[in-house]
Amino acid sequence: MINVLLITFLMTLFFVAIANRLLTYIKVLALQGVILFTVVFIQLSHINTLNLILILMETIFFKSIAVPLFLAYIIKHNKITREAEPYVPHFISLIIVTVICIASILLVNSIEDNQLDKIFFVVALSALFTGLYFIISRRKIITHVMGYLIMENGVFVLSLALGSEMTMLVNIGIMLDIFVSVLVLGIFTNRIGDTFEAMSVDNLSNLKD
Amino acid sequence: MFGYYLIIVLLLGTGTLLNRNRVIRILLLAVFLAVQTAIAIYGYLHLNTGELGGTFYYDSLGVLFLGVLSVLSYTTVFHSYRYLHHRDDDSRKQSIYFTALIILIGAMTCVYLAASIGVMWVLIEATTLSVAVLIYHERTHLSLEATYKYVFICSIGITFAFVGIVFLSKALQETKSVNLSFTDIPGHLQNVNTFWLKLAFVFMLVGFSTKMGLFPMHTIEVDANTVAPPPISAFISTALLNVGFMAIFRTYSLMAHTSILPWMNHILLWSGFLSIFVSTVYILSVNHLKRMFAYSSLEHMGLVAIGLASGGIGYFAAILHMVLHSFVKASVFYQIDQVFRVFNTFIINKTGNYFNKNLTGALVMLLIFMSITAMPPSGMFISEFLIFRSLFASHNILLLVLILLMLTMIMWAVGKNIFTMLFLPQNEPTGKFVKISPWESSTQFFLLTTAIYLGLNPPAMFVQLINDAILVLPK
Repeated sequence: MINVLLITFLMTLFFVAIANRLLTYIKVLALQGVILFTVVFIQLSHINTLNLILILMETIFFKSIAVPLFLAYIIKHNKITREAEPYVPHFISLIIVTVICIASILLVNSIEDNQLDKIFFVVALSALFTGLYFIISRRKIITHVMGYLIMENGVFVLSLALGSEMTMLVNIGIMLDIFVSVLVLGIFTNRIGDTFEAMSVDNLSNLKD
Repeated sequence: MFGYYLIIVLLLGTGTLLNRNRVIRILLLAVFLAVQTAIAIYGYLHLNTGELGGTFYYDSLGVLFLGVLSVLSYTTVFHSYRYLHHRDDDSRKQSIYFTALIILIGAMTCVYLAASIGVMWVLIEATTLSVAVLIYHERTHLSLEATYKYVFICSIGITFAFVGIVFLSKALQETKSVNLSFTDIPGHLQNVNTFWLKLAFVFMLVGFSTKMGLFPMHTIEVDANTVAPPPISAFISTALLNVGFMAIFRTYSLMAHTSILPWMNHILLWSGFLSIFVSTVYILSVNHLKRMFAYSSLEHMGLVAIGLASGGIGYFAAILHMVLHSFVKASVFYQIDQVFRVFNTFIINKTGNYFNKNLTGALVMLLIFMSITAMPPSGMFISEFLIFRSLFASHNILLLVLILLMLTMIMWAVGKNIFTMLFLPQNEPTGKFVKISPWESSTQFFLLTTAIYLGLNPPAMFVQLINDAILVLPK
């Protein structure tokens, strides 16, 4: 069951690579939150109940409801154009994400470790580097944040791979999540949208030598 | 004791945030400085004991950097006060500024004393958030850009560091150990899969370099220094760099007794060399006073990384260099605040004749030039000399020659820029003439002479602290 869920998670990455509208990105982020919720439910079912409830609440509330709603609000409020406007064509994005996935699979397969949950590591590393790739290849500040959220979901999957022995890691991952939410809130409470016209990275090039 | 410290810091932070009265604000800050000094002295008197159930631990390196931080807190609060007074900021902005400053100093104290890697990681996040508020203080377009970049890239860095921690835990999992404290980890790492350790080290090095300002994550440090208020720049390029160094040093010392030590040294050597190279390239062409000194920080961090990688006396030299660099670089940025008030610009070509306009400040600048380029009698001469000696001892002669060449170029460029500002006539006057009280330079004289004193004639307890700190590393 976990395998099915994680592979669905991997497929969402490909979907984002060719998605055109910002709303699709938000929906995918919400879907990833729901997937992570289910994975936590299955993977960590035997840990301390209170802690489990905390982690479940965090995935369902932060990842799948609060952050997507807030991003949708920002897009509406700041009148951001609804297209993602990447620097590279979708087709090439798709190829690059595929290459990232294959590279992760090869990397993880080269490890000689018989108690390794390979699928967790493949999915996590793919999400991590795909998120990084989205940050580099998209033009808008808001897509940067979305790319970062994808990275962060990947890190969460990684911490789940060890979560049953080290619950502390998952809790630290949650700290990261809350930190990101604060970051998103802080940056986007109107100010950056008002100051940077069209919220494009092209306006972020005044500081240089 | 540390629990009380945390509570008091939080209370004082809240108090400063709510308070709008000038006298009460000064009182709150004075109480804070007293508490900060108290915790540093308490830490020194209780070396090698834990606090709050072992969450925090007074170890030598932490206490040493805590001492540096406490000294710099006094000067930074004083210069922040002058800076805000000069800018005529309203009371609300001043409250936000000082609250963020108190939280920042508190968070850095906690990072220095954190006993486990998870706690340290969480607190490094806290430093990012609080320093972002301070960088954004001037509320201009440029400061927004720098703050955005700083926060965003630091978050990516912190994510990478977290991935590194997960890999380290994966390695530990094989030994059935679930304890992530610094004293406990090394004993379990003897027979684990080195592949995980290598991955963990690379991810953590990249992640924590956002704080230490090493290549390739140095750009945000430079940008943040450009726009931050000068007293805050003084913190970003001293105490915050120490935070990054601390994190990298801890990571390094965790894995130093495993078989990947030569490999780690290799990576650190490259990282340091590239840092110095990039800083040379930029410093030769830079025309912005603050950016120039930001790139000089990059150079010194590169030297420290190389010292750490060369081993032997290099370990000692790296820590000594961090401490001396903190004192010198802090006084640089306090002085830059005065320069800006005189010239109303940071662009070096538009300044000139600083000797006539502010005699005491110009003397400080001369002293800074000698200290930052590590000419004798600067204390940094000693630490750089020791770093070069360790490079020589580890048979990296070619690297040593290249670095010496680049340092010469940096010395020339820094000298040219500083002497332009001091002696050449100013082309056109910028802003109206402001008289600066000579007393404002006293802190810089104090810090610079401290750096000389600590370099030339280090007190026994200071040497003892550094020697204790490097006991965790192989001989």
